[in-house]
Order: sequence, then C-alpha cells, then structure tokens
Amino acid sequence: MSNATEAVSSSGGAQKVSRINEVVIRIAGNSQDGIQAIGGFLARLAGRSEQEVMTFMTIPSTISGGPSIFQVRVGSGEVLTAGDDADVLLCFYQHSYEGHINSLKKKGIVLYDSDHVVPKEEWLSDYHHVGIPISSLTVEAIGGTAKDKGKNIYSLGLIARMFDLNVPKLEKLLGERFGGKDVSILNNALAAFHAGYANSPSNVVETFQITDSQKKDGHQVVMNGNEAIGYGLIAAGVRFGAGYPITPWTDIMELLRRELPKYGGSFIQCEDEIASVSMALGASYAGRVAVTGSSGPGISLKTEAIGWAVMAEMPLIVINVQRGGPSTGMPTNIEQSDLNIAINGGHGDAPRVVLAPANVEDCFYMAIEAVNIARKYNTPVFFLTDQGIATRIEAFTEPNLEKVCQDISPDLTPVASHKPYDLAAKDGVTPHVKPGTRILDGKYPIATGLEHDEYGHPSGSPKVHMLQNAKRRKKLQALGATLPLPKIYGPSEGNILLVGWGSTEGPIREAVDRFRAAGDSVSAIHLRHVNPLPNGLENIFSGFNHVFVVEMNDEGLYGIGQLGTILRARYADAKIQGINKTDGLTWKVKEIVELVKAKAGK
Amino acid sequence: MTTLEASAKTLSLTKFMAGDFKSDLKPIWCPGCGDFGVVTAITRALANIGRAPHEIAFVSGIGCSSRIPGYTTAYGFNTVHGRSLPIAQGIKLANPELLVLVASGDGDGFSIGGGHVAHAVRRNIDITYIVMDNQIYGLTKGQLSPTSSRGRKTVTSSFGSIEDPVNPLLYVMGYGASYVAQGTPADMTGLAKIIEEGIRFPGFAFINVQSPCVTYGMEDQQLKAHKTNMQSLESIGHDPSDRAKATELAREYGTKLYTGVLYRNPNPPSTYGQGVIERHDALKKSAVPRHEILNRFKPSN
Amino acid sequence: MSQTLSEKPIVPAVVTETATGERKGLTKKEIAADHPTWCPGCGDFSVLALYFKLIEKRKLWHEKITTISGIGCSSRFPYFVQAHGAHFIHGRALPFASGVSLSRPDLHVFAFSGDGDAFSIGGNHFTHTARKNIKMTLVVMDNQVYGLTKKQTSPTSPLGFKSKTDIWGAVDYPINPAKQAISVGASFVARTSATNPNHVLAMMEAAMDHDGFSFVHCLSECVEFYDGAFDAANPRKGGVFNEVPKTHDVTDEFAAYKLASADFPGNFGVLYKVNKPTKNAREAEINASFQSKFTGQKDWQILQKTFDRMK
Repeated sequence: MSNATEAVSSSGGAQKVSRINEVVIRIAGNSQDGIQAIGGFLARLAGRSEQEVMTFMTIPSTISGGPSIFQVRVGSGEVLTAGDDADVLLCFYQHSYEGHINSLKKKGIVLYDSDHVVPKEEWLSDYHHVGIPISSLTVEAIGGTAKDKGKNIYSLGLIARMFDLNVPKLEKLLGERFGGKDVSILNNALAAFHAGYANSPSNVVETFQITDSQKKDGHQVVMNGNEAIGYGLIAAGVRFGAGYPITPWTDIMELLRRELPKYGGSFIQCEDEIASVSMALGASYAGRVAVTGSSGPGISLKTEAIGWAVMAEMPLIVINVQRGGPSTGMPTNIEQSDLNIAINGGHGDAPRVVLAPANVEDCFYMAIEAVNIARKYNTPVFFLTDQGIATRIEAFTEPNLEKVCQDISPDLTPVASHKPYDLAAKDGVTPHVKPGTRILDGKYPIATGLEHDEYGHPSGSPKVHMLQNAKRRKKLQALGATLPLPKIYGPSEGNILLVGWGSTEGPIREAVDRFRAAGDSVSAIHLRHVNPLPNGLENIFSGFNHVFVVEMNDEGLYGIGQLGTILRARYADAKIQGINKTDGLTWKVKEIVELVKAKAGK
Repeated sequence: MTTLEASAKTLSLTKFMAGDFKSDLKPIWCPGCGDFGVVTAITRALANIGRAPHEIAFVSGIGCSSRIPGYTTAYGFNTVHGRSLPIAQGIKLANPELLVLVASGDGDGFSIGGGHVAHAVRRNIDITYIVMDNQIYGLTKGQLSPTSSRGRKTVTSSFGSIEDPVNPLLYVMGYGASYVAQGTPADMTGLAKIIEEGIRFPGFAFINVQSPCVTYGMEDQQLKAHKTNMQSLESIGHDPSDRAKATELAREYGTKLYTGVLYRNPNPPSTYGQGVIERHDALKKSAVPRHEILNRFKPSN
Repeated sequence: MSQTLSEKPIVPAVVTETATGERKGLTKKEIAADHPTWCPGCGDFSVLALYFKLIEKRKLWHEKITTISGIGCSSRFPYFVQAHGAHFIHGRALPFASGVSLSRPDLHVFAFSGDGDAFSIGGNHFTHTARKNIKMTLVVMDNQVYGLTKKQTSPTSPLGFKSKTDIWGAVDYPINPAKQAISVGASFVARTSATNPNHVLAMMEAAMDHDGFSFVHCLSECVEFYDGAFDAANPRKGGVFNEVPKTHDVTDEFAAYKLASADFPGNFGVLYKVNKPTKNAREAEINASFQSKFTGQKDWQILQKTFDRMK
C-alpha cells in the first residue's frame, strides 16, 4: 500500500483514513469458496472507477475444491503487474494463512476467518492480524441452510468498508452477477455484503481511500485475456471455429460457442483435437477464416494439419493458451515453452506466423491483426498466450467498435482464371479463391498437402519443390519487412537490454523501473511478432553491452531459452543470454532483478 | 486354460483383500462422485481374482475417471488423452502374463479416443476396458460429451445439445465385441461382479459404468436415481448369449438403465495374443539363429 | 453486415445466369481434369466415371461441387475432377468436409475415402460425423487392402488375408462398414459395388438427395494387391449381386442392422434411410433464434452491447 499521501479524518471521526495510490490484495481459500468472484468484483469496480487494475490467480487442477488464490492490484498510477507482495491478505483457512503469509509485506494486514484460522504467535508482531468469524457471521447474515456459502460476498463487504469502495457501484455489480429468476439469490448476496460492510472490526484502526486516477481518457472495459481474444476474433469478422475441451483454452471455446450465433456464426465442439483443426481448415478453405485452439498436448495433435495449412496456403488462426509441459505437464500453471512448437512444430520446412500479445488489451487488437495477416498471406497464424494472460483481468480503454469491426465474408465474384500457387506472384503472396467462385477458363484449383504445381496438382519435380518452398518462405519474409520495431522502454543506449515476449511485459517493465530508480542503466523491448521477427533488432541490440532474454521456459541444453536461441541464431551475437525459470508462476519483479544482477556479474 | 488362469495358479499363492488394492492417495474427485464406488468395485473384483498387485497393469487416459490408477495399488500408467487402449494393448502383447485393466471416461473413450475402440475390439486382445460414463466433461468443468443427451444444456451447449449422443453399448456391439456389460456404483455387488467376470473373460471385455458426476451431472443421473431406475438384465430374463436380443436392449441406452452382462459370446473367438503365439510357434521352425542373420547379406550367398 | 450462415446462403452472380438457362450442363470433358494415376483395371475408375455422370445428369456446376478427400489411392479423386477440391491429410477428410458443409450451405460436399482412410486412421471421425448428421455425401471405395503403400492389412481385410504386415494371414477381425455406420447413427447407409455402374450411380444420386450424412459403401477392387476380392459379388465372375429385398423397410434400424450383418457378399442397395434434422439445420435454428433478438443491428452494435456490460 505504497505512498500513503495524506491522512484525513473520516466522518465518524474515530478512525484514521489514509489516501493511497494503490493496493495489492491477496485472497486465499479453496476454489469452491468463490474467491475468484471477489477478485472479479474488485477488478470490475476498479475498471468502472477508471483505475488501473491487474489480477493474478491460481486454480487447482482438481475438479472442484483445492487451494486457490486470487490477487488483485488496484492503483491510480500505471499498473504493470499484479504486484510481488500483498498489502492485505484475506485468508479463509489455516492452510491459506500459513501458505500465503510470506506473500504479505511486513506490517501488512492479515484478515482471517477466526472460525477456521488460529494465528501463530511468531507472526503476530510482523503482521497486523485482524480476526473475524467470517463463516459464522455469514451464516448469521443469510440464515437458513446456506451454510457458509456467501462468505466471499461477506468478505467483499469487509474490504469495501476498509477501502471506502463505492457501494452503489458494487451493489450494481452484484445485481448484474446474481440478478436472475430467483430473487432470493440476489437478496442473500446483498444481505451478506451489507453484513460484511457493517461489521466494524474494532482492531482495524485505519481505512483507506484510493486516489482517483487523473489521466484516463474514454471509458474503460474490464475483461480477462481469454475474453479479449474471443471478442477480438468476433470484431475481426471470424464466424467459424472448432475446438475440443482442454484447460486453459476452454474458456475461449465456450465464449465463442455462446457468442457466435448472435453474428450468424458457429463454433463446433469436435470429437478430438485433430477433428477440430481439420474442421476449422475446412471452413477456412470454404471462405470463412476460422479459428481453432488448444493448450499443451492438444497443440501437439494439431501439428500435422497445421503443416497441411502451410503447404496448401490456407488461412487459419490457432490460439495456443500455453501451459506447463511436456505431455500433460502442469495444466493450470504458466509457462512459455511452446515457442518452439509454434514456430517449428511438425515435419518439413513449414514457415508460419507466430504472434504473442503482451497484455489483455493486446489480446483484443492482435486477434484482429492475426486474422488480417492470415487472410492476406494465406498462412496459419499461431497466437501464443498463457495462463498468466488468459485469466488475468485488466482494464483498458474501450475500443471504438464501429471502427475496428470488420466484415470478412467470402467474395465469390467470378474470376477469369486462377493459379492458387502462382510462382510469379509478388512476394509469393497468392489469393485464396473459395469454392463457389466460378472460374471462367474452366480450370479449378485443388488445395493440397502434396507438393504441387501452380494449379495445385501433384508434382515430384525437385525444381518445383525448391521454388514452392521459396514461395512459402518469401511471403513471410515480406511480412517481416512490414513489421514495426518494438519501442524501447527506457533509453536506447545503455548497459543492459531486457528482451521479453508474451505475458511478461508488466514485470519486465517494472524491473526496468526499479533498476533505473536505483541508477542502473537498464532498458527493455517486448517482442509481439515472434515469427517472423521485425527487421533491424540488431540496431537496437548494438546500443547495449548485454542483451538478456527473459522467458518462462527452461534454459535448454545451451543455456539460452527458446526465444534466446532464435535471436542467437539470427544475430550470432554472444552477448544475447537467457534469463529463464519454470516454476509455473508469473515473474516477480524482484526475481528478474536478482537474476539480471547475477547474470551481469554485479 | 487361458494364460491368465495359468499364471494365477502359478503366481498367486496369497489371498488378497479389497483393501490390498487401494492406495494411500486421496482422490481429487468431488465428494459424492460415482468414481469412488468404481474404485471399490474394482478392488473387490481384483481381490476375488486373486492376482498380486505387481501382476496388474492399470492404464488410463486423461479425465476425472482416468485418475483412478493412482487410487489403486497396481502398476499404474496415466497416459495421454484418449490413448489408453493402444497403450494397454502394447502392454498386454509385450507381457501376456499381466492382468491389464483400462479405465476411461466418456470423453476420453468415445470422443478423442473413439477411433481406438473399434480396433481394440476387433483385435480382441485380452484386456478389460472400464468406461466411467458420466455424460459430461468434468475435469474441464462441464462441457458437452459424446454421450450427453440431446437437449442437454452445458457450457458448450447453452442452448441445449443439438447432437445425438453416441450409444456406447450399441457402438461396441456394432464393432463385434464379445463381452459387453453395464453397471452403476449404485449396485456395488453387481458392478464388482461384472468387472470380475470381464477380467476372467478371455478376450476384450467392455464394461460401461454409469458413474454420476455430482458437480455437473443432472439430477436424474445421480446414484439416488440409479437406485430406483436400474433394472438388472437377469431379472428380466435376458440371455446374455442372445446377440440379437442384446443389440435390441443396447438400443435402449439413455432411456433405460440395464445392469449386468448384456452380451457374452458363448464361443469366445481366439484372441490376438493366441494368434501371436501360434504365429511364433509356426515361425520357430524356420527361425535362423541370431548369429547367422547377417550371413544372408554376404555377397557369397 | 456480414453474411450469416443461417439465413443468407451465398448466391454468386452465375446462378442467376443458370436460372435464365444461359449455361449448358457440363460435358464429361469439362469435368475431367488430370488423368487418374490408378493402376489399369482399378475399381476406382468406375466410381470416378459415375461421379462425372452424376454431375452431368444433375447439371451441377464446377463451382457448386467440392470434392474432398484424405490420403490413399481413392483419395487422389479430387485431382481428377475439374472443380473446387481439397486433398487433405490422412483420415481427416470428414472433419474438413464438415467445416465446408457447416460454413457454406450453398455447396454440396462430396467426400471420397478408402477403407484405411475412413475406418482406420479416420474411424473416429466417421462415428462423430455420422451421429452429428452433418450434411454431405461420403463414398468409401473399399478394396480391403492398403494399396498406395503396397499391400498392408486394412481394417476391412478378411481374416486370413495375406499381406506384407500379415504374411501368415490377418488375425484381426474386420470391420463391417455398413453395420458400423448404422450403429453410430448414420441417417443414410447404402452398399454398392464398382462392378455394377448403374447401381453405383443410383446409390450416389440417392445419397446426394438425402438431407443429412449419407454414406455409400462401395466395393472397389484393387487389381494389384487384392485381385478377385469381390468376385463373389460379381455375376460376371460367377458371383451373385443380390439387391436389398423390395420388402425391406429402410427406416427399420434393426432390420437394416440385420441385413448389414449378413455374410459377404450380402445385399446391395439402400440399407437404411431415415430423416432426422441435420446439424446444419440445428445450428441454423440456433442462429436464427439468437439473431432474431438483434434484428437490424450491425455486428459492431451487437458487440457493443456485450462490451457495455463489461464497463
């Protein structure tokens, strides 16, 4: 709870009210306690108050039950990460108390359910303990047979009081969430909330007010990365998709299944991963650029068909919400270890596009970019996110939907003649003529996975194979030439440059801030286009003594990680080194800082 | 005498209790999940069979039910999604002495792994395939499965399913399976019995277990409902050797909950394993000693 | 506003032309593309010729035909047809064809496959495409052997069949395709043989006219690796070609199942045919019910409503 700027006396007069810039709240319990719901409410409230917000959660891979946490950071300045350490820890059980006290700042507040938690003597002096019988008070507030269901909402009331949150807005959010056919559900929720709000813990001597943000322009929307991808695809005009359930990709599939019918589209749940990529390719071939997606092993299963899409030059969006691997691995943990399979997965030379959004807002806009690249270059596009971005809730400026939404219905205007794999095409880019289009010279194209001549008919000619390989490569090189160089965060010359990709942008930037505040010369770039890479990175690298590639994957046999290896291969520069970890958790700022220091030899 | 009976005689001298086959791991299943009962039934069946835990390989894929090998004491193999059958067949062919059990769910078994069922059935390798059919994807939190009924509302069919479900019993009958049974944890004795019989059956044995999902399942699919709805095939006088009748009854999957052995081929066809043994025996006569194999490639020959 | 899957099938300009009768039906010359790479005497030639005949007879246009296949001898099919087509990966022709069918109601989708492609590597897709009743016609040219890879046992090879992977004779029990199709919920199941051209054409036509997943199991001899496999069904080779009895009720699932189970060569013709809603129609219904709530709104306005709830 940094920067308590001023203290004002509250209307009650008894308690101290501090004005603060930001707060990090960690809620720990079991997954069925609905702690994600409390976090979600706080995040949405922050979004509606035009504050910056960022969340982080872990879910167990049990079906229901098991320890679970949700961390939310709300601030009036720029919020880049969900925060290393919490200011407030709300814990429901002894295991949540003992397991998470270490994530609390010294002198932080621990709010615990005294029905389940017995505080430990040795921690009493380090942390400000506030015990409230949350379970029994919830039962008292709701009554009946509800047991302690609703203690999450009771706790939300407690937090609302502590941080002087906007009650009418929260009530409205509760109404949206619980308002339905059964009025008693909403009434119970409101009863629990108000009981929590009315509880005045005598040992909380302080309440807080988060200062309003000054700079926000326009309205904000609050959503998580998976939602942003789903709606981004809809805005991009995608009207067909196919998939199979696998964590954490499933949310996107469920969203599209639910939403696409409104736009006249369909999302099909298939019998397996191979069927889903095949069905999506069928739709793309038929003229409706389609999406498929998966996580972990599901991606491995799709690789043969993705190779076909490269060969047949078919547009396709493949969402990969990465998780810990190999094999079944760690389904609910964060890892960036699918870069290699995204770029190279499958047999043969099969160049394809790989994009990696840096934050939730990016998920929305890059989904549109992915679709447009796929359509223009007739190539599969991999979209790499991970659990860290998929379930992270962020607020961002509302997109101008009228402007960004596009119509990509197939154009079936007859053409005079068509060579689907025309070797004379500029940059190797040929259009895809969809079935239903009349071709006046009577020569029709075959989409094929066999090496082929310009009409798509099989050819075993060595010369044709070389020329077609070059065609498939050249179109991606042409795309690479159009990509903008990433902006440098910090000065363009200095000692250390951190290079990141995907969901790690926030902690890397905060690490840079922390270094610069301490007088160290550190800058960062973030790569969002990973394959092809933009041209000219060498000019950025030349301004620094060290280039450290920060990734959440194993350092590999040669100690430089997956993106690091690619950058080494392209630039043959030994100053490119890897900073890697595979603990399945988001980067903490202090971890990056420590590893950079160790690597740079300071 | 099947290899199984033979090895049971030679290897297993001790008597086993059901508890000997339970492990110390605490299941991650939701309280009230039907799969708890399936573990119990399996361990009871194994106790009656009398093979020692080290002679048993228990293979599964991915899904709630596929966690089951972890909760039993035997050599467990939690494989990849949908592929438990090919892996189990490899195990059995490599070591025919092992008792091979395969556990799966409706998604693992009939959706992503559906292609393997036909081939496991027709190959007829002596393994026992137990599918815990809960008509939903539970582990990934409630999507439509291939056995979910038409009209069923789930997170991927918020407007109600528009697909006809797979009928596991008919589907396996259609492929030509020789042992097809159905049970429910609501009838533990019956379930243990058909599992035991499936293990003893020489050849591929298929057991569909209606194992309710308490979290995402529907009310009429819970154990309580099973208790009132289930009807034992024995009680209606069904003769399990009557293939035509069995097919007819199988078609009532989804409307009626029959328990017991639906079809048992009275003259079990020879298994793939037996074919392999015969083949080996035949080949032995013309076998070349190992050190002479390369002679065939020498120019002098 | 984008075109929707449910209510506005895509109608290209040329169709209006057809309506006024300006375009003549295609000739065989216009439909034929590359010369087939099959071995002389292969049963697939007959199926291809009859597909051409179907196109001629039913006056289908190039751009209205999509011919989709997987991998195998029979799956070379699209290259020989002068029309839009795709030669996809092994075993996956059905999901690919489903993608085309579900996203383009204006096209009739034909998938051609073989016994290995359809029942071995692609066997699972066969089950699920059938039960979902996705509108398309699947013709499986069954030669009971892997031909392209030069004689390995296929899932329909009979017991005892000697191949390079079973030099002692096959030990796996074969699949009965028609029986399998009925038991997984296909709504149209027919059996025919490439040696009887009129019958093949009649079955393909009936399949094309069926609103749903229509499956034609067509015996198609591999002269190279399984010569004489289907002689018992060929009167010219001393066999019998028994058609489905006139008294057979094609809507009786159990009777169809029994008929399909008969020993080879059994009966040829439509074994099973029922009308039930297709997945295509069901999806369209859902779309229509959702879209009725947003009549007159542009896509971005519908999305805006969703975003308003996330503010």
